[in-house]
Amino acid sequence: MSQKTPETLTGAQIVVRLLERQGVRTLAGIPGGAILPIYDALSKSTLIHHVLARHEQGGGFMAQGMARVTGVPAVCMASSGPGATNLLTAVADAKLDSIPLVAITGQVPRAMIGTDAFQEVDTYGLSIPITKHNFLVSSADQLLDIVPRAFRIAASGRPGPVLVDIPKDVQNQLVEVDEWPEPGCAELIPPPDVELVERAAAMINQAVKPILYLGGGVVHSGASKVAVGLAEKAGLPTVMTLMALGAMAVDHDLSLGMLGMHGARCTNLALDECDLLIAVGARFDDRATGKVAGFCPQAKIIHIDIDPSELDKIKTAHVGIAGDVQTVLEMLLPKIESPLREAWLARVASLKAAQPLRMPGVDDPRTPYGLIRAVADCLDDEATITTDVGQHQMWVAQAYPLRRPRQWLTSGGLGTMGFGMPAAIGAALAEPERTVVCFTGDGSILMNVQELVTAAEENVNVKIVLMNNSSLGLVFQQQTMFYGERIYASKFKGMPDFVRVAEGFGVPAIDLDAEIDPRAALAAALSTRGPMLIHVSIAMHEQVLPMVPPGAANKEMIGG
Amino acid sequence: MNSLTRTENQALARTVLELDVNNHPGVMSHVVGLFSRRAYNVEGILVMPVGSGETSRIWLLVNEDERLDQMVKQVEKLEDVLAVRRHGAEHEVFVRLEEFFL
Ligand SMILES: Cc1ncc(C[n+]2csc(CCOP(=O)(O)OP(=O)(O)O)c2C)c(N)n1
Ligand SMILES: [Mg+2]
Repeated sequence: MSQKTPETLTGAQIVVRLLERQGVRTLAGIPGGAILPIYDALSKSTLIHHVLARHEQGGGFMAQGMARVTGVPAVCMASSGPGATNLLTAVADAKLDSIPLVAITGQVPRAMIGTDAFQEVDTYGLSIPITKHNFLVSSADQLLDIVPRAFRIAASGRPGPVLVDIPKDVQNQLVEVDEWPEPGCAELIPPPDVELVERAAAMINQAVKPILYLGGGVVHSGASKVAVGLAEKAGLPTVMTLMALGAMAVDHDLSLGMLGMHGARCTNLALDECDLLIAVGARFDDRATGKVAGFCPQAKIIHIDIDPSELDKIKTAHVGIAGDVQTVLEMLLPKIESPLREAWLARVASLKAAQPLRMPGVDDPRTPYGLIRAVADCLDDEATITTDVGQHQMWVAQAYPLRRPRQWLTSGGLGTMGFGMPAAIGAALAEPERTVVCFTGDGSILMNVQELVTAAEENVNVKIVLMNNSSLGLVFQQQTMFYGERIYASKFKGMPDFVRVAEGFGVPAIDLDAEIDPRAALAAALSTRGPMLIHVSIAMHEQVLPMVPPGAANKEMIGG
Repeated sequence: MNSLTRTENQALARTVLELDVNNHPGVMSHVVGLFSRRAYNVEGILVMPVGSGETSRIWLLVNEDERLDQMVKQVEKLEDVLAVRRHGAEHEVFVRLEEFFL
């Protein structure tokens, strides 16, 4: 606790001061009647840079971009009613991917709550199932407790979004503040059960065919290094979920890349043979496991997660350890022997050699894999990669050489089209020294296309690679594969001129289709600072393979 | 609401959950929402403030099914839930109320 002389401040001023004290320097949002007192107070802040989004969902994803690259809670703001409802998709997305976010919404004055006042919606009620926790603030002095708590909750344990709904009259209410609370930060987690860690170590030491299965929790916990250390010491072939990509370099000897619906054959087949699965910060999502009964059918399971409710949720673990995964792995490491696993490692190597991820066209920058690799060839591991949702997302997940935790930002759990570009803007705002590349599709980009002008306004170093297949490609692919080629509502008839669209928003653009030397054009575009859109046509029939049919076991994958 | 008949319903094993929670207007929504979202019927609910009114106690009567352990873990995760205790169906709290539901 600090501060001596009491100050009389409005609720709005208190919010802004608490955000400043929290260390917030950039936030995104859109003002409106019910949050104007906060915006008025914000206008006087010399510390906080407010980024004006053009749709609240865009603002929410910008905050997510900041939070995903830094691991620190980021802030977005919206007014009541439509402002708040527009924000909800980005909040739900943060919930499913465990991203620390603090969303602040304006609400109609307390006396009008429940009267169907202008722009009144029950933001509190709407946000209960999609937040880690939420607050409806009923007096300005409560802000001194609630705002730091919101940050604490967002960052503690398994991170997640917290929404704070503040009625307009509370924002205007005067309060005397004589002491400022400490900023809210992550709480310590109870230490893991040592005996369980011993048992896990014994199981790893005795296993003949173990596999390490890393999830997004490894990235959140900052445990990538120790996870790789464990894999190396114990000789563990390693698979990653979509959320964990980058935790271990994909070209590491022990890496089998991404598992699940679009994992390589060798990856899913190795899992099918393993006798021990060590799940770390992973939640057995159905896109990763396929039909659960067919997932690692012979394996014993060690499950390590910070959230006790994840243990035994989908698969019953033989040893379930609740705890911060970094702490648990650090305790585990010295107890691990370095067994020779020659037979298993040789078996995995032969699977990898026989059934690797096939990337047809990888040498041709006018094909999906070739384009992704050509982009990667222009960049180093310092670049940050975001995606939208669809085929392009899966191709990038399969083919981009991700090697750094927090290098990879994608909407995993909710799979929200429209995530990529605003998240890239947020990532670039938080880490301006990096090049941020957003791979997007002709469907997804239109879901938050208005944020192009925000990118131009903020002059962020964001390169948007638009993979245009004139379709909702992933839908087109599923209709082709599973609905008797009855293509319906997935082929676009009208097509915007994306180069002119970008230019119209103030973002320079190139059309790779028209370039004689696409590699040179890419290299030039990616090395010029500032926002840029790079348009590339992709053949509509291109598919993401292999593919596990929804509901099937992973070993029943098609193609690849 | 589930679609079981009254007799089917009575045949199911029951569990009584006792929750200590912070007493404010949103708590009931948070708790009950966890069940409704999973189509898990809550058969009985009782809530009263405890002591000075800072906290409340919520009693829930629920059917036992294979999701109950997961439900309890989810309830424990709620920020405003301070403690969760499990009791058998023989717990008196709902039995004593039966006369009001004749
Ligand atoms: C907001 C939202 N609406 C609908 C979907 C369902 N969906 C998943 S992928 C996809 C197609 C995406 O098209 P595009 O962005 O062009 O990517 P492509 O698959 O063609 O690479 C759709 C409609 C979704 N994931 N998100
Ligand atoms: Mg497309």
